[in-house]
Amino acid sequence: MTVGPGVTTQQDPHQAGRTDAAAGQAAPSDSDQGAQDSLLTKTTGTTTGTEGTPAVQVENVYKIFGRRSGEAARKLKAGASRADVASLGTAAVIDASFEVAKGEIFVVMGLSGSGKSTLIRMLNGLWKPTSGTVRLGGQDINAVGAKKLRDIRQKSVSMVFQHFALLPHRTVLDNAAYPLEIQGVDKASRLERARTALDLVGLTDWADKLPSQLSGGMRQRVGLARALAADTDVLLMDEAFSALDPLIRREMQEQLVELQSKLGKTIIFITHDLNEAMFLGDRIAVMRDGRIVQIGSSEEILSDPANDYVAQFVADVDRTRVLTASSLMHRPRAVVPMSAGPRGASRTMREAQVSAAYVVDRSRTLRGVVYDAEVVDALRAGVTSLEGLVRDDLTAVTEDTSLAEVFAPAAESPLPVPVTDAAGRLVGVIPRVVLLEAMVPQHLEETTDETSTQDSADDDTVASAAVEQAPTSAGAADAVAAEPVPADPSEQTTGEHP
Amino acid sequence: MITAAETQSGLPRAPLGEWVEAFVSWVTSTFAWLFDLVKSVLTWLFDQLDTVLSGPPFWVIALVLAGLALWARGWKLGLGAFIGFAVIDMVGQWGNAMDTLALVIIASAIALLIAIPLGIWAARNDSVSQLLRPVLDFMQTMPAFVYLIPTVVIFLTGEVPGIVATVIFALAPGVRFTELGIRQVDREVVEAGHAFGATEGRIMRQIQLPLALPTIMAGINQVIMLSLSMVVIAGMVGAVGLGSDVVRALQRVNISLGFEAGLAVVILAMFLDRVTSALGDRAPVAKALKATAA
Repeated sequence: MTVGPGVTTQQDPHQAGRTDAAAGQAAPSDSDQGAQDSLLTKTTGTTTGTEGTPAVQVENVYKIFGRRSGEAARKLKAGASRADVASLGTAAVIDASFEVAKGEIFVVMGLSGSGKSTLIRMLNGLWKPTSGTVRLGGQDINAVGAKKLRDIRQKSVSMVFQHFALLPHRTVLDNAAYPLEIQGVDKASRLERARTALDLVGLTDWADKLPSQLSGGMRQRVGLARALAADTDVLLMDEAFSALDPLIRREMQEQLVELQSKLGKTIIFITHDLNEAMFLGDRIAVMRDGRIVQIGSSEEILSDPANDYVAQFVADVDRTRVLTASSLMHRPRAVVPMSAGPRGASRTMREAQVSAAYVVDRSRTLRGVVYDAEVVDALRAGVTSLEGLVRDDLTAVTEDTSLAEVFAPAAESPLPVPVTDAAGRLVGVIPRVVLLEAMVPQHLEETTDETSTQDSADDDTVASAAVEQAPTSAGAADAVAAEPVPADPSEQTTGEHP
Repeated sequence: MITAAETQSGLPRAPLGEWVEAFVSWVTSTFAWLFDLVKSVLTWLFDQLDTVLSGPPFWVIALVLAGLALWARGWKLGLGAFIGFAVIDMVGQWGNAMDTLALVIIASAIALLIAIPLGIWAARNDSVSQLLRPVLDFMQTMPAFVYLIPTVVIFLTGEVPGIVATVIFALAPGVRFTELGIRQVDREVVEAGHAFGATEGRIMRQIQLPLALPTIMAGINQVIMLSLSMVVIAGMVGAVGLGSDVVRALQRVNISLGFEAGLAVVILAMFLDRVTSALGDRAPVAKALKATAA
């Protein structure tokens, strides 16, 4: 109710940049392999040809099942709740609006009964919306006749089903070739293209088997190959991996991401599994009781849930796999240029009240770290250069490293883990306390400690608090490792650094 | 006044029977040309098929039918069928059995020609389905020989009223199983057809009918078995075949003839049942699903 089309528009500018960049990256890698692979070249061609219009546009779509659906839609638009119109029909989708850019993986997530399956079926016209419009590549699919709609389904949008929906009496190859058979492609070339699609999903050797002879994961690969063989720009995946066991599911998710980066398809993926949504989605739409309650990237949804429902939903997500180093990194306080020498380094450490400082060169590339005791010794000895003092005994992580992989470096070193960009430049640090905090689900934080929630939103406070734990003792490493986190770090910080 | 006194409740006596009789005689006189046509077509069909089955010597037909069983299921059924046919011949019922088989084949074929399209229609259209359901219930629960009465009025005695009554009697399971089979087809698979842009006709031909085939075959099996039971009853209206001997045995309380003719019916029934269900197992979908175990 609170979140309607407004959410979409709010996210749009941000998203447009993101996906354009993604499409730009995908294109060159396509053409590399394009020569040997007709599927790839063709996809690339169509993608670049119609750049600009979103692949899928959904505007204020309602779907109500029941005899008096029109009346129910009018009442919902006038502000009635889902329960208010229950006597008129079942409101499966209420006022859904979003756009999916070309080459994006857009995940619709919700529990069963939230309307997500109905929503995806309106994207290829299997269901007709009670009200609102659905556009595929700019074309309103409900404004066309049956023949044109079949044409759109053949050329523009294909689908992968939860229970695979293969034809049991046809071989794997014939199943993969079925969309092409429907399109009227002659036998030789449709089998060839089906083989290419089977190669892509790694089922080359299973072409002549029947679906019943395959495991669940392999059957779904056939389903995927069938959709790829159709060679449409948009791929709808309805709980495609939900019927598979967890290990196979993970494998399939990885394969899908790989395929997507290779083929640049626009994928709309339906799931009830938040971890799956977070892993796959460039953006995620969270649905509840027929309404889209939030649209955003996985990090946005985790760190800034639109309401309690989303917050609870994301409470048990494995955050370490979703959040990346960049989401938690803070501005490093004790950074010393190589040219500053021991004198500069000691001054920086004194001012920041820390016992170690990061050393960067002229282009801000991280060179290593210097410790207070050694710097002071060097000063006494009259050393003027930092060269000999810089230690590279700490492991840096890059911006898009998942938090799960930040734990090991964080455990090794008492210093905040330095974060570098692709060129090796120091862009931030992750203090260990921030890392630990991120593991605490949002709603628990609110009940146990109000201030820590504030902290994660406020870079400076937390960064300084964490870095400052070191200076109280000369043996920096031991001190940080052993010293308990202050009960209220923000208070301490503000007290010392106005 | 007189009729009202016949009911227990005192409510007026409803002359439903008279109305039906009037209707049947109206139909008989109005559509006489149609019934004449139907009669001559059915008679011709029966004569042709009966000539094929009864004309050649026992060995030829028995071997051909046993060969069919062999092909459909395997050597055990083939051998069993041949022994069964030998027993029929040894009790002197071979000629009758072939007449009965000819009646069964014609009646089932006509029943299926009507039932399967009706079943498809009912599967695609809920109103048709709802309309057909009570009609099918009526057709299945009406005592079998009641059908013989109007057909005798229309077609007189012989094979033709027997065939027509059999067709009506055996129609219901054909319609029901076809509808059920198509409606049972996995909704997702049908959706997949739509999602890839297939036409309704293609979905019916390439998805719904093949996937429904095992169920439809079960319906065909039922139609054939009901036909067999009905053509025996049709012996009461003078249809040739095993039925006429069963009726004769009943009228004369002839235990030995009754047993021999009855045994021939049983053997024929087993043959038809096993062969048609074996054919059902040979449907591509049924075979494909069996491959899972392999």
